[in-house]
Amino acid sequence: MTDTNAKFSCRNVKVHYGDFEALHGIDIDIPDRGVTAFIGPSGCGKSTFLRTFNRMNDTIDGCRVSGKILMDGNDIYNKNLDPVLLRARVGMVFQKPNPFPKSIYDNIAFGPRIHGLTSSKAELDALVEKSLRRAGLWDEVKDRLKLSGTGLSGGQQQRLVIARAIAVSPEVILMDEPASALDPIATAKLEALIEELKERYCIIIVTHSMAQAARVSDKTAFFYMGDLVEYDATEKIFTNPSNNRTQDYITGRTG
Amino acid sequence: MNQITVYMLMLICALVVAGFVYNRSQALTKFRQMRAEAGGKLELSSWHSQASYHGYFTGWLVIFVTFTVFIAGLLLGAQSGGGVIPWVAVMIIAGVGTIFLCGKKISGGFRARTYVERFVHGLLIVLSIIAVLTTLGIILSLLFESLRFFKSVPFMDFLFGFQWSPQTALRADQVGQSGSFGAIPVFAGTFLIMLVAMAIAGPIGLMIAIYLTEYASAGVRKWVKPAIEILAGVPTVVYGFFALLTFAPFVRGFAESFGFSVPTQSALAAGVVMGVMIIPFVSSLSSDVINAVPQTLRDGAFALGATESETMKQVVFTAALPGIIGAFMLAISRAIGETMIVYMAAGKAANLTANPFEAVTTVTVQIVALLTGDSDFDSPKTLVAFALGLVLFVITLLLNVVALTVVRRYRAKY
Amino acid sequence: MSENNFVSPQAVKRLKKRRGVEFRFRLWGQAAVGFALAALVWLLVSIVGTGHSAFSQHFMTLDFELSETTLDPTGARDAEKLRGANYRRIVQQTLYAQFPEVTERKAKQEVFALVSASGATNQLRQMVYQDPSLIGQTVRVTVPTSDQVDQLFKGYIKRETAEDRRKVSDRQIAWADTLKERGVIRKKFNKILFTNPDSRDPELAGIASAILGSVMILVVAFVLAFPIGVGSAIYLDEFAPKNKFTDFIELNINNLAAVPSIVFGLLGLAVFLNFMGMPRSIPLVGGMVLALRVFPTITIATRSALQSVSPSIVDGALSLGASHTQAVFKQKLPLAGPGILTGSIIGMAQALGETAPLLMIGMVAFVTEVPTSIAEPATALPVQIFLWSDSAERAWAERTSAAIIVLLVVLITMNGFAIWLRNRLEKRR
Repeated sequence: MTDTNAKFSCRNVKVHYGDFEALHGIDIDIPDRGVTAFIGPSGCGKSTFLRTFNRMNDTIDGCRVSGKILMDGNDIYNKNLDPVLLRARVGMVFQKPNPFPKSIYDNIAFGPRIHGLTSSKAELDALVEKSLRRAGLWDEVKDRLKLSGTGLSGGQQQRLVIARAIAVSPEVILMDEPASALDPIATAKLEALIEELKERYCIIIVTHSMAQAARVSDKTAFFYMGDLVEYDATEKIFTNPSNNRTQDYITGRTG
Repeated sequence: MNQITVYMLMLICALVVAGFVYNRSQALTKFRQMRAEAGGKLELSSWHSQASYHGYFTGWLVIFVTFTVFIAGLLLGAQSGGGVIPWVAVMIIAGVGTIFLCGKKISGGFRARTYVERFVHGLLIVLSIIAVLTTLGIILSLLFESLRFFKSVPFMDFLFGFQWSPQTALRADQVGQSGSFGAIPVFAGTFLIMLVAMAIAGPIGLMIAIYLTEYASAGVRKWVKPAIEILAGVPTVVYGFFALLTFAPFVRGFAESFGFSVPTQSALAAGVVMGVMIIPFVSSLSSDVINAVPQTLRDGAFALGATESETMKQVVFTAALPGIIGAFMLAISRAIGETMIVYMAAGKAANLTANPFEAVTTVTVQIVALLTGDSDFDSPKTLVAFALGLVLFVITLLLNVVALTVVRRYRAKY
Repeated sequence: MSENNFVSPQAVKRLKKRRGVEFRFRLWGQAAVGFALAALVWLLVSIVGTGHSAFSQHFMTLDFELSETTLDPTGARDAEKLRGANYRRIVQQTLYAQFPEVTERKAKQEVFALVSASGATNQLRQMVYQDPSLIGQTVRVTVPTSDQVDQLFKGYIKRETAEDRRKVSDRQIAWADTLKERGVIRKKFNKILFTNPDSRDPELAGIASAILGSVMILVVAFVLAFPIGVGSAIYLDEFAPKNKFTDFIELNINNLAAVPSIVFGLLGLAVFLNFMGMPRSIPLVGGMVLALRVFPTITIATRSALQSVSPSIVDGALSLGASHTQAVFKQKLPLAGPGILTGSIIGMAQALGETAPLLMIGMVAFVTEVPTSIAEPATALPVQIFLWSDSAERAWAERTSAAIIVLLVVLITMNGFAIWLRNRLEKRR
């Protein structure tokens, strides 16, 4: 029943906010490596669904998740699993760049420090450099690692946040409309970065822009009113969708 | 204030109300007349202000005129003896005269509303300036009396002297003797009690703010927050009585059980009770500051696998630090300006010590002690209270202004 | 670094430690809340525990024979003479009559000490002064016992204490018990506390003049502070140009809210008393000083109330042809009304609790009459508490705590009403 190559296998996942059911039972398998895009109109539940993968919904009062989400075959909603551990394996990048009000260096070092990933200053330095390099930011900031992360431009901040997530060596990176606050040039840089990162990580991206989904993703899932309508290879979804509602949405008739 | 002045004030009120009602109805009558003459339809532009504005216009003018008469009467001493009847007569003539003159002015083209609004604006500006005048009044009165004090006691001897015994200066031969008004022990006592109070209120207030904003469920918050607000609403004299009746004997008993002998009045007793008083102040200011830290920062830390306390200590706290410093400065300002608790529980004798178990005195205690009872406004003994008040005002002013600026800048950031 | 860093035994061990830190941090938070709540409870329990018994007091109901030979031997019924007559004698004789077996002078004095001497004589004097025809009759009057007897029956003077270490002698205890058995001494609601002004005798001291003084001060403070506070808020928020001067006014108001209250007392002393020559100890000056103290609170509350009204309200009114002033006063102000009210109540509660500034302007006078105007010497409730707290005797501590209970009940009602109003507003929004 479960796809053995899947990073995540979701079965009948429902999310409630109080009495409101935001997701009506989602079944999906998300492959390891590569980019999976979630698209759909506002309020369709795609961001809510994304936040179930690292249990960020736990921090919201009155939010309940039911059903099964398996990561590498293990239930991530298992009572014995500390979400702190899960979140270190599943990184997340938000809509608005949110660097901490600390130096660039300390921003990156935050994760490794709390998780105790490095044992010496030199090791931490190397990890910071590696993360910044992977995020394509090293050359821009290597001379000002001690300056505040909030002083960077929006695009740089977003890449800083990605570097911060990479620093704890996650397996998955969740991106919640990462480019919505960026200008076109910064967006292009970010998309190029995603292209590079997908070699190493399983990336799930929620996006409003269908063009972006078409550009960066390998597989695309279309959500509508709390249901997963269609999930297939990106090419198929954008050229020959099997569902009328998907067709309507990508051609701009709904949304 | 005698009865005649009260009756005069009532007369003014009556004239104002009469003027308003009378001229409003006058305006209404004229308006109806004009409308009837115009055949029931009146151009909007031919009648500028609503009838009630003509009434307001009259009312304001009557207030102005009658108050002038009122003040003039007071200055001329008309409130007693033979002046009363002319005073009343002038008042009524002036008031009624104003009403009729205003009534004559009523017409479609008279811009009563514009004038009334100008009146209102002027009044609002005057009311706002009272804040500035109050500050100015504080500064001038403190400076004026302090300068009189510094004529007899050198400024430096006051600020840096180590001997504080102002009561002895009552004897004529000691007036102005240097050494009696050295305020260092008073400042030191103030500082010591402030430290004790902040040692209690700082960490506890901050932890309460953190717990209530980040951990407590809505149900807990709903009950705990108002309960802590009650602490803020308890008058300081009640805290002082509590310190005197319950807490100071408790501290003494506690210390005695360890073999220490402690006076009933001590810096510790006053400081701890003051700390409790300031807790809600610190916690509510810090809560505001912590709440202002954007949720996205917390999400960012949680998403990296940080626990709540790691998020709190390493991200939220760092972000909120300027605001929290501001809150602490306001709390310090509050602690050094607090009077009743220290007056009742800390002691009145100056004592230069860093031991919180001893009795010390503070700036505010000395001000009260020197100014209650018979005060002769020419002796340095009373004037020194104003010098202490000046020091207190300057220090709290600096703390407040810096703290308010820091907090405002912090708010603007998020 | 391996990919599986987080399921390694080290990571699990480290996590345990981190969770421990987390747990302790949370515990600190709970401890802090617990400390504050415990302090509140301790404060309230200590005050209520000391003060609750002051709401009842022991009284004696006795038949006093108002004999003409003692009070008015000439029979002239001259009002002045009746005022100065020897009522003390009548009280003494009435009490001695309860214990005819007591004849020794010292013992008789102790019998007389069971009643509140000035309380009983004043009460009789008042009655006779109002109705001289009572002379020659026997009247049944209820008068307070002395504070020692009251404290004895309330259990604060312990019977087991050695006789020389308490203020009531063994025989006084016996007599008091007898009177109680006879139904002469009874415990009743303590009306005196609410109807009497201050007194040197604890059993006769009340907070009537203090309450009236506080009410007068609050009325004066409100009449002055409300227009100043609301007016400057309206000006700053709605009409003021944004420039250096209005910034300065704003900073001034925010700073004034944080200036120590005693400084306002110094201001009042220097300006109102010394410079303007107004009399000391009067509620008018007290109200003026407290008005300056609390108007910044009202301004700040009014501003936040005005800012929370949606600007579209004013825009809507403007688009209908109202002037800016009309829009503000007729549309915006009524909507901000409850917020302004909340701020004003909190400001008035603050004024009611203020003590230090009132000390500065001399409101510490010993006032034994209920003031009738704002220009007569008076005291205020918190000042009365301060004055009473100075006396060490148990009877005074009891009365002080009772006065505090009254003050706290009023304050909590005011603040509670304000909080309720605020919560209702927040819900509506």
